[in-house]
Amino acid sequence: MLTINNIEVVYDKVILVLKGVSIDVREGTITTLLGANGAGKTTTLKAISGVLRSERGEVTKGAIQLGDRRIDGMAAHDVTRLGLVQVFEGRRVFEQLTCEENLVAGGHVQRDGALVKQGIELVYSYFPRLKERRHQQSGYLSGGEQQMLAIGRALMSNPKVVLLDEPSLGLAPMLVEEIFGIVQRLVKREKLSVLLVEQNATLALEIAEHGYVMENGRIVLEGTAAQLRENSDIKEFYLGLNEGGARKSYRDTKHYKRRKRWLS
Amino acid sequence: MSGEDFDFLLALLLNGASIGMMYALIALGFVLVYKATDAINFAQGEFVMMAGLIAAAILGIEGAPLIAAIVAAVAIMIGFGFALERVVLRPLLGRPVVAVIMATIGLAAVLRGLTPVVFGGETRALPLPIGDEPITLGPMSLAPIQVLGMVVTLAFFLGFNWFFKKSRMGVAMRAVADNQQVAQAMGINVQRYFALAWAMAGIVSAAGGIVWGSMLGVDVHLALVGLKVFPVVILGGLDSIGGALVGGLIIGIVESLVAGYVDPYVGGGTKDFVPYVLMILVLMVKPYGIFGKRRIERV
Repeated sequence: MLTINNIEVVYDKVILVLKGVSIDVREGTITTLLGANGAGKTTTLKAISGVLRSERGEVTKGAIQLGDRRIDGMAAHDVTRLGLVQVFEGRRVFEQLTCEENLVAGGHVQRDGALVKQGIELVYSYFPRLKERRHQQSGYLSGGEQQMLAIGRALMSNPKVVLLDEPSLGLAPMLVEEIFGIVQRLVKREKLSVLLVEQNATLALEIAEHGYVMENGRIVLEGTAAQLRENSDIKEFYLGLNEGGARKSYRDTKHYKRRKRWLS
Repeated sequence: MSGEDFDFLLALLLNGASIGMMYALIALGFVLVYKATDAINFAQGEFVMMAGLIAAAILGIEGAPLIAAIVAAVAIMIGFGFALERVVLRPLLGRPVVAVIMATIGLAAVLRGLTPVVFGGETRALPLPIGDEPITLGPMSLAPIQVLGMVVTLAFFLGFNWFFKKSRMGVAMRAVADNQQVAQAMGINVQRYFALAWAMAGIVSAAGGIVWGSMLGVDVHLALVGLKVFPVVILGGLDSIGGALVGGLIIGIVESLVAGYVDPYVGGGTKDFVPYVLMILVLMVKPYGIFGKRRIERV
């Protein structure tokens, strides 16, 4: 559905941030992109959705394909029109607008006003909490509600591919579970394809089918979620488990850092 | 308070309110641009002047009907808004806001300098077919142009209120104002909405130019009414359409009151600076204005 082929991203014409990233998101599945802070996950998403340009970044090599259309170099609003939408890290709802106005703005690409109304009802059916808050200014919603609104707003453009950037950021574990559950249902029922960026690797590998690990602007590891869960490096560096699968204790931490195998 | 004093007060209030609403009309153009694009348009007064001059120049042609002058002024101002966004402001996208501010200040100077070259330096009349007979209401009376100004202002405010609350375009425009990057990602063509905001400011300026020009006569000095925009919008809130109306009313009434009560003792001129005193006071206690949006801070 979405294929990223060996892209390079340069900021301000000099700073090389992504050094050859390839990702494949298959239709109707969740693919996760893991990595530490500053690895380039968000930049990858921004390169795909096209908002990179407003930050003076540029895809200089490689190609991004949505279905059979090339979308690298396209303006962000045109990419959305083709059915790919990004949910930003940290919610980023339109704070001055009410909940429902956020959804209306999200449905901007629909030509027909009736489709917007249908979309709003669909979003409310997945997130009933938003319906209760529909006329409230969204800046005053709770973090979880804002995250729901951000996802719902993205759905309003009737996308085929959704890029989800850290939906669990700053939310209580129970809410995270609720939101991830809804995302899974959306993928199944609305035939969405999702590229999920997460810090919470345990959770991400639970709901994803396929995963990629990024470090320093490169993909260093990829595989099915099951393979990644079993990988000893992933266990140690992302899941916090030791070889046997038990939780690691700080008492056993060695004074030197174990070398990551993929760095060899 | 004797009956005569009371009538005097009422007359001052009504006069102030009507002038204030006409200030609000001009402030509206400013607010529209600030709301959508975050740009502070220091050339708002010059927009008004330009629209007034265009309308007066067309009316000056023998046999040209009023409606043609109005339509032409509106059309030219819309075109001017689009062109300005395209030629001057788009290259500044992503630069510091100061760059845009300097550009509008420069634009103001250019417009003030160029218009006498194009239209000549003399003051032109912009007569509207509404007569000069004051409309009296008990002890109060208003010039017909003031009544027209109030009606036009109200119509614009109601129209824009509907546009921003109910129409999808209006909501999209507010989304752009809220967060440009996210709006882009929602499929909103941000640049097109910027251009639309400038064009809308052009329409409002055309209305303002015709009303004000008809009242004061049209020449370069018409641009000075633009200066009153700043106390009005600072009082009401830079990005609030309702605030522009309330701010305009307050400034207009205060001006009228000081002119009526203070001027006789000090020999006049107070109404020219009192709005700015008020503006400074408001900045101290309510920096976002009465209705300005507050940044929502999460802790």
